[in-house]
Amino acid sequence: MTMVDTLRVNPINCTGHGVCAELLPELVTLDEWGYPIVDPHPVPPSLDLEARRAVAACPALALKLLRT
Amino acid sequence: MMTMAPVNQRVNETANGTANETADEPANRTAGAPAQQQRPGLPRLLPLVPGVPEDLRAHLARYGRPPYQGGRGHLIQAAEQAGLTGRGGAAFPAHRKLAIVARGRGRKVIVANGAESEPASHKDAVLLRAAPNLVLDGLQLAAEAIGASEAYLYVHPGVSAEITRALGQRAAAGLDLVSVTIAEAPPRFLAGQESALVNRLGGGPAVPTFVPPRVTERGLGGAPTLVQNVETLAHLALIARYGPRWFRALGTRNEPGSMLATLHSKVGSQVVEAEIGVPLRTLIPLEGAQAVLIGGYHGTWLPAGLIGTLTLDNAALKGHGAAVGAGVIAALPADRCGLVEAAWVVRYLAAESAGQCGPCLNGLPRMAAALAELAGRGHRRQVRADLERWSGLVTGRGACNHPDGTARFVRSTLTTFAPEIALHARGQCSAINHGAIGSRGAASYQPFLPLPDGVPMTEEDWV
Repeated sequence: MTMVDTLRVNPINCTGHGVCAELLPELVTLDEWGYPIVDPHPVPPSLDLEARRAVAACPALALKLLRT
Repeated sequence: MMTMAPVNQRVNETANGTANETADEPANRTAGAPAQQQRPGLPRLLPLVPGVPEDLRAHLARYGRPPYQGGRGHLIQAAEQAGLTGRGGAAFPAHRKLAIVARGRGRKVIVANGAESEPASHKDAVLLRAAPNLVLDGLQLAAEAIGASEAYLYVHPGVSAEITRALGQRAAAGLDLVSVTIAEAPPRFLAGQESALVNRLGGGPAVPTFVPPRVTERGLGGAPTLVQNVETLAHLALIARYGPRWFRALGTRNEPGSMLATLHSKVGSQVVEAEIGVPLRTLIPLEGAQAVLIGGYHGTWLPAGLIGTLTLDNAALKGHGAAVGAGVIAALPADRCGLVEAAWVVRYLAAESAGQCGPCLNGLPRMAAALAELAGRGHRRQVRADLERWSGLVTGRGACNHPDGTARFVRSTLTTFAPEIALHARGQCSAINHGAIGSRGAASYQPFLPLPDGVPMTEEDWV
């Protein structure tokens, strides 16, 4: 069985910096209030590195990769 | 099991010591043995004499002592066979939560959740006053089943006195395995949300936390914690006595048993115990009603014309986007305005947001303001589209389901009251006592749906 990573936002920690949408526009867009809407599907392998970078860059430590 | 045995021993000794009060009751029972012949039908939970609370003596005469199983796990199987689901609103299978906590390691905690914070629901308060011992039996039996060493009853201050008295009488009769701590719930809508409850018991504010971890895995002080609605525990206390077959004698195949419901109609408000699956029209008078709210303020408005064909079960309601939730059913009289009612409710829900998550913090007040505009006259054309967009935008994006429930309520308002929205756009209103929206009329409008004091309801709210 292959493990897949899915992006998830902790909405309590998230303060809407928007760094994630800047670094990973393929999977994250911002709503009209500046909070991220993340793609609920597994992160495709081609975007794995970018996803990790976005998680590491989140100033609120709110973006996570959940292994499912 | 080793740890439970001495505790049972102690209970038996205490029971013998108070034999004068309970001489006609067998001291203890094994799994499956009926306490006494329980009459079929309703009520199961509520008092035999309506409105007369059952004290410990009446409780023991009717149900007998709690049938401790002498070990962990037995009751979990019975709950599964009975098909018992949580009565706090989510209808989650009770045995699954019990089993997860029972499997957990180390110290375990159980909480009976009576913090019914929905202003339109009174069923938990009624149950706690009328049959506190049934709830406390369920709490003890569930504590035994999962091996909990700490038990809490989380309630609003209004019922603390009755519960304290019941706990004292039970201690004297040696009924309890685990001592129960009463914890007071703050008067907030989200106070009973599972993670908010655990946060509160831990000394923090009653606001939700991010999941995972679930409280069943890491709850109070890191211990696996079972949070179960008080009505669910009362049903569990009866399943322990009379068995799954008895439980399934009422209800539907997939949703067995009875449930408490809070009914609101033009003739007043009352809490009833109803068989799951009964026609809704037999529960609530529909004459002169224009729409029915099912499932409370996180629930769904349905047109009154539809209700005549529906039954009190999720299987029937699901097709219409509704669910029984915690059993709030409100038939809105034709002389009230559904848009004004909904606007007040959403104003209240927005104010009750914990304000922790961006989409809820931003979306709910906007939705409340937009509904207030619809409740007035001559609203801007895009307001409806805004509400639909925000409903979608907030759903699934909070730490708890407060935005989701609010969005459900708003969407069904837009659908069910679509004709009313069209009337308001032309400066009219079908509500007889709301003839002058947008002027002094709003100030004299008598709201139908109950809300706590302090929700702003002045005419300035209606554009």
